[in-house]
Formats: sequence, C-alpha cells, structure tokens
Amino acid sequence: MAQSETVSATDATKARKSELGRKLATVPANVWFVAIILLLVPTFTGDFVQYQVFGWSFVLGLISLSLMFLAGYGGMVSLVQMTVAAVAGYCVAIFGTSGVAEISMGWPWYLSVIAAILIATLFCVATGALAVRTEGIYTIMITLAIASAFFYFTRQNYTIFNGFTGFNGVLPPHLFGIDWRSPTAFYYLSLFWAAAGYFAVVYVSRTPFGLALQGVRDNPRRMAALGYSVNAHRIAAYAFAGVLAAVGGILLTWSNGQISPGTAAVGPVIDILVIAVIGGINTPIGPFIGALIYVVLRTYALDFLVALNLSGERFKLLVGLGFLIIVYWSPDGVCGLWNKFAPKLRLKRKENASTEGKTDV
Amino acid sequence: MSEQSLKQDIGTEYALELRGVTKQFGALNALTDITMSIRPGERRAVLGSNGAGKTTLFNCITGDFPPTSGSVMFFGEDVTAFPAHERIRRGLRRTYQISLLFDGLTVRDNVYLACRGVSRGRFSMRRANGDDALMHAAENLIDIVHLDDVREATVSDLSYGQQRQLEIALALAGAPRLVLLDEPAAGLSPSERKDLVSILGRLPTHMGYVIIEHDMDVALRVADRVTMMHNGKIFKDGAPEEIENDPEVQALYLGGGHD
Ligand SMILES: Nc1ncnc2c1ncn2[C@@H]1O[C@H](COP(=O)(O)OP(=O)(O)OP(=O)(O)O)[C@@H](O)[C@H]1O
Ligand SMILES: [Mg+2]
Repeated sequence: MAQSETVSATDATKARKSELGRKLATVPANVWFVAIILLLVPTFTGDFVQYQVFGWSFVLGLISLSLMFLAGYGGMVSLVQMTVAAVAGYCVAIFGTSGVAEISMGWPWYLSVIAAILIATLFCVATGALAVRTEGIYTIMITLAIASAFFYFTRQNYTIFNGFTGFNGVLPPHLFGIDWRSPTAFYYLSLFWAAAGYFAVVYVSRTPFGLALQGVRDNPRRMAALGYSVNAHRIAAYAFAGVLAAVGGILLTWSNGQISPGTAAVGPVIDILVIAVIGGINTPIGPFIGALIYVVLRTYALDFLVALNLSGERFKLLVGLGFLIIVYWSPDGVCGLWNKFAPKLRLKRKENASTEGKTDV
Repeated sequence: MSEQSLKQDIGTEYALELRGVTKQFGALNALTDITMSIRPGERRAVLGSNGAGKTTLFNCITGDFPPTSGSVMFFGEDVTAFPAHERIRRGLRRTYQISLLFDGLTVRDNVYLACRGVSRGRFSMRRANGDDALMHAAENLIDIVHLDDVREATVSDLSYGQQRQLEIALALAGAPRLVLLDEPAAGLSPSERKDLVSILGRLPTHMGYVIIEHDMDVALRVADRVTMMHNGKIFKDGAPEEIENDPEVQALYLGGGHD
C-alpha cells in the first residue's frame, strides 16, 4: 500500500517533469527570440541604455502591469498603482536604511523588503475594498482621490515621510558581492522581476481565480448566481496587483536611490495608465511595450526638442500626442495594432510565396 | 408516512417558503404579498402573462435584488438578507430568461466556472489539469444537457437552442436542491422542447425545480403543481388538471397577454 503510493508519487513527479518539458517545447519561437535578445542586451549596449532605458522600462512596466491586470482581467481601472509602488518604496526607506538616519530604522534589507511588500499590498487591498463597490468612472475617481490624498499627506508629514524632500540614499543590498545598482546588475535584476511578473500574470489568467475574475468583469450578475462573491474576487485581484506594484516600487526606489512625494504625484500616477494604454491594456506584454515607448520618448525626445530649439519640457506633448494617436487608431494600444496588421503581413508573405494558380479565397 | 420520513430526513418541511414577498419598482407593484411554499423535490410550474411578475419573483428568491418587504426561507433558513452567492452555495440555482453566458469562453469553460463556483477553490491559483474532479463534473453536465458535440465551441458560435441548454447546465452544477428555470423552452423548436422535457424528466427526484413556462402543454408535462400569477399576485394554485380546467384560468389565458 505504502509502496504503491511512493511508486505513484514518483510517477507523478516524472509525469510533471515530462509535462514541464512538453510545455517548454510549446513555447513559441518568438518568445525564445525575445528572451535571448533581452538576455544579451547588456553585451551590446552601454550603461545608460541598460540602466536608464531598459531598467526603467522594466520597472515602470511592472507597475503598469499591475494596472493592466486589474483593468484588463478585472475591468477595474485603478489609478492607485503608482501610489502602492510608492508605499513600498517609502517602507524600504523607513524600515531599512537611508540618508535620513533620524527616521530610518535600519532593519536588514530582507525584513524591510518583506514588510514593504506586505504593507503596500494591504494598502492596495484597502483601496480595493473601497473601490470595488463602484463601477467605471467612479473607480477611476476614487482611486485617483486616494492617490492624491497620499501625495499631499506625504508632502506635509515630516515625522514619518520626511515631507517634501522624502528619503535619499535608499540603496539595494550588496548581495553576493554585487552592487545591484550598477547598470548591468540592475538591468538583470529588473528584467528578472519584470519577467516574473509577466509570467505570473499570464499563468494566473488561466487559473480558476483568473478565469473567475474575467467572469466577474464580463458578467458579475451571472457570477453571483454561480456562487461567486463578486466583491471578494475583485478585492483578491487588488491583492495580487498590489504585490506586483510593490515589487516595482521597491525597484523604482532602488534605481532612483530615493523616494519622495513626487514619485507618486498625480502626473506619474496617470503616466502609469498612459503606459498601459499605449502598450495595450488587455494583454500582459502591453505595459512593457508602453513603458519602453514612454521611456524612449522621455529620454530622447528631450534632446530632439532641444535640437529644434523647443523647450525640453515639451516631451510631455509628444507622449500626449502619441497617446492620442494610438488611442484613436487602436484602443488596444500598440499590441492591438500588431494584432491588426501582423496577420495581414503574414497573409501577404504567404500569398507571395504561394503559386499564382491558387485563386480561391 | 413517506412524506413524514422525507420531512425528517431533510429536517424541514419546505425547500422554499415565501412570506408576504412584495417588490416595488418606484410606483409599480411588480409583486404584491406573495406567499407560497415548495416542498423538497417538488416540481412546480409558474404561469402568467407578460409582466405578471414571474421573473421578478425569481430575482427576489435568488437575491439578484432584494424584495421591498417580506421574507424568503430556503430549507428553513431565512436568507432574505443574504447576497445571491450565499444562497447559491446553499443549493439554490437559476437560469435566466435572457441567456447570461460567458460569450468569449468555450462551453467547457462556462460549465467549469459554474462547477467551481459552488465548490471550494474559487480563488485557486493552480491551473486545472485533465484529471481535475471538477473538470469531470463539467464534462458530465455537458453530456446531460446534450452539448457533447460542441464542448470546445465558443459560446458566441452556439445556436440559440444550444445556448439555452448551456444555461441549464450552469444551473445544474454542484449539488442543487432547488433550481429556478426562467422560460427555458421559450424560442425552442418542437424537437428542442422535447429534448428539454426529457432532460428535466431525468433529473434526480430529490432535485426540485420551479419552471416558468408560457406553454401550457410543456408546463403541465413537467410539473406536479402549477401556480398561476397575474399582475404581481398569485391568481391560482393547484394540480395541473385543476388549473388546466379552471374556467377563470382559461378565460385569463385566452383573453389576455399570452403570445
Ligand atoms: N429592474 C426593473 N426595474 C423596473 N421595473 C421592472 C424591473 N424588472 C421588472 N420590472 C417590471 O415589473 C413587472 C414584472 O416584470 P417581470 O419581468 O417579473 O414579468 P414576467 O412575468 O417575467 O414577464 P415575461 O413573461 O415578459 O417575462 C413588469 O411590469 C416590468 O416592467
Ligand atoms: Mg420573465
């Protein structure tokens, strides 16, 4: 009896292993391609591109991914995600070490990171609990209200949040003897967590929880009539999104070396939505594409505008214009454009390849 | 005698008891003081012209919206203040007059969601694999409602009749004790109706249902008791033959509303 159980257990692990192998084999070629390119980026780019372009894109993409998860799968446009990220950033500064020794408590990095993720997630859940009773535009309004309340509160509170200046000198630990803030190390650190977030969202979207969340988005009344607590599901989605945003917020704080009220001012809060919409708010890769576009515009449009003798501040105009154009042409963002045109391109290629004799379509 | 033992088994006399249920939409009295009870395993038909309040009655029973006043008892428990999902988890089920399905999902995923909703693991973060017990249950339900040919099809690709069958499958998930069927036969072809009657006839005998049905012939075949509603009130209540031969019912049915 016991023996047969152990036998079946090893069978099960074997089966699981072969299943993993099969799954790896089914990963499409273009995913491998992108993965390899991303792993090799540091071999052919400089520090600036690794750190300021890619590192920043991964981090913003991760925070924006948390919004994509809520909006795309849950139908809830939450503007509080950048604030959740900032809560996590403040927590590592307050519990860990920073340049503001009077406030920072100097906990070891792993404790402050765990505390930061927990508290930021709780904050996201609390916001969710308030927001899930509302729909559509009211969800946007209530989350924006909470975000701006947090901004003003941190700016005025000096005992905990150190007011306007916030915290500087908030640095990642030197783990394994690596300075994780050096460009290449930070590139891989942020790539790792961005990829982890991406695959987690892809996986969760097909679990019972993820399916039910999409059911709640499409048909809340029916979901209740099937035995689901619609509000509980929505709040659970906020919890999951909170973890994503918290991880993004810690990385953001480490990469900037500082956290201050401006990190989660109304501008950045809305930028997270803009990023998701530009990339595509219905697919988990969208936020990362949106973040890359945003960061590239933000980084290079400045030089471009200055060269044209325009104020560098106008890059926002460019982002805004890009936003308008994309939303006008494709409500699903760049990913929507891709889905629209890629099949046509493929079709053309096929047509070109096929012999002229075929006329049936 | 057998009735007595049934009572003891279940510990309560009625599967469903409505006491003075009233529902107002603004100035409109959609339901006025409805008092009725349904025994466990009973099969009840609800008849009535358009706007009689039949669907509103279902909505009050399931908690889609609360009654303005009155109370709803489900197997002896007062569920009036319960949200819909709490009632469903206690064994109440319903179908909708206008199908409420997940159009983008396959038949299998629809039924799987229904099975998941009345079991544990609603928040499960593990993907279902082939030997998931709930997946088996879902496949089984698909067979019961005769959708086995289209289990992989997306709901939006189904015919109207198939969508109605899927509605029923969703309501049979888990261990229902009382199923409310809102005009499942409306718009079906004669052969689809026959199919429906046979599906209902083959349900386990302990599973009661309330079926709203305009078609007297179908209603009388699938029910052992009939309630006739009119203008938000119960108009007549009795055995199928009684109702069928009741001159007042005949006058009402032939006279107005029935189309
Ligand atoms: N959500 C609502 N808001 C306002 N009025 C409603 C609502 N639901 C139903 N009513 C009204 O309540 C009355 C009863 O409607 P109900 O849908 O219960 O009738 P029914 O007996 O199911 O009719 P049918 O045979 O057409 O389905 C109707 O006058 C209807 O217009
Ligand atoms: Mg109705």
